[in-house]
Amino acid sequence: MTRYAYYPGCSLETMAATYHVSSLEVAHKLGIELEELEDWNCCGATAYSHVDELLATVLCARNLALAEKQGLDIVAPCNACYKNLWTTNAALKRDPDLAEHMNYALEADDLHYDGKVEVSHIMSAFVTDEALESIRRQAGERIKGLRVAPYYGCQIVRPRRPGLNISQVDDPRFFEDLMKAAGADPVAYPYKLRCCGAVLMVTNRRAAVQMLRDLLQSAVDAGAEVIATACPLCQTNLECYQSEVNRTYGTNYAMPILYFTQLLGLALGVGVKRLGIGKELVSAEAVLKRPTAATAPKGV
Amino acid sequence: MVVSSTARKISFREEVENLLHAEEGVSLVRCIQCATCSAACPAVEFMDHTPRELIALINAGMKDEVMASNTFWTCASCYACSEKCPEGIRPADVMYALTRYSLWKDTFNRDWVAPDFSRRFARTILRTGKSYEPGYAPAFIFEGGVPGMVREMRMAMRLLAKGRLPLIPARIKRIRNLRAMVARVLPLDGIE
Repeated sequence: MTRYAYYPGCSLETMAATYHVSSLEVAHKLGIELEELEDWNCCGATAYSHVDELLATVLCARNLALAEKQGLDIVAPCNACYKNLWTTNAALKRDPDLAEHMNYALEADDLHYDGKVEVSHIMSAFVTDEALESIRRQAGERIKGLRVAPYYGCQIVRPRRPGLNISQVDDPRFFEDLMKAAGADPVAYPYKLRCCGAVLMVTNRRAAVQMLRDLLQSAVDAGAEVIATACPLCQTNLECYQSEVNRTYGTNYAMPILYFTQLLGLALGVGVKRLGIGKELVSAEAVLKRPTAATAPKGV
Repeated sequence: MVVSSTARKISFREEVENLLHAEEGVSLVRCIQCATCSAACPAVEFMDHTPRELIALINAGMKDEVMASNTFWTCASCYACSEKCPEGIRPADVMYALTRYSLWKDTFNRDWVAPDFSRRFARTILRTGKSYEPGYAPAFIFEGGVPGMVREMRMAMRLLAKGRLPLIPARIKRIRNLRAMVARVLPLDGIE
């Protein structure tokens, strides 16, 4: 059985609680064990890097040291947590002076970090050959043929990790492959890697609302029935501020925004409630009530 | 890393490069002004200087213009520019460096939401070890006037009803140790 140290991140305890429960359900179905990191702290988001670089580093160093103590590699469901933990990990591994400085700080919590941990986005755990095979085997009809727009967001692929080539960053396909394995029909649309507005939704509303409009329109143009996200901030922006886009631009988007784990869970036969579906501000009823491939008339 | 010599004052470009000490970026002198960064930026039209212009201003030593710019506070950290730069410069990290510099030197515009938001965020984490969304509301809730405030409150109520908004901030168990860790890196009163 594959085991990981699971770093939920702050959002998964609040706004993105549905991402949390659906991740656990899917992991369980795939025989992946997620052991929550003991007493983890905030990754610092983007704000900490705005304030002080070492401050941002020390926060992530603690989480890395906690994982090392548990003897496990980390998976993080949030793009920003993943990027912060990954970047700090890389910096600590290549810069012994920085590592020494951080280990001095870690002593205050009886911790030490030797650079033995690897950090991945939780989606990585679900797109291994083994996991994909298991999903294909278990997937029912529930989301068969569902036209889903896989929305990567930014930091799941950027900044580019070493060893990835340009096409893996410019046009990654792992999200599409995952949705296909679950039976869905991922649509191709040009904005799958374009920013959702992120923290600008708070700090520069006009900019973020425009970015969101472009993204929603791109998915609508491609005929998507639902947008699948892999990040709580992307999900929150796309869902909670969809009405603000409509008010600002006179549009009438009603696009359901679900976590990719919720769609995977549906495919794997997990109950709707157990996946947290029903807590959306933009109803996902259309996704649930659609005729499955078995009942849909031919040619639709 | 640029080593300053006693014989001359370091340039503003070198100052900015020094702010990137934990990064292994490429010197800004490599910039060929191709504007690929500006083309890749999804927020460029809301910036008073495009990323390309900002780098040109830095290289020209025009510190006052750079520090007065809203460009780095308008960056969403999407890293599209860093991915596309043909010279290997990482503009997104330059933006971070400049936000830190403007907080440190206190040069940011008091009307902007972003610096206040980032500071509130940093303070929250130092108090509890975890993020707490409602705590940042004072940084931005007044921006949309009364109608905007009503909309935000209404959304908060809906999220609350769905169990997605916490009433009480979460807190890690060993917050005292976390604070002691941070204090070994920099003075806490600099943030609080």
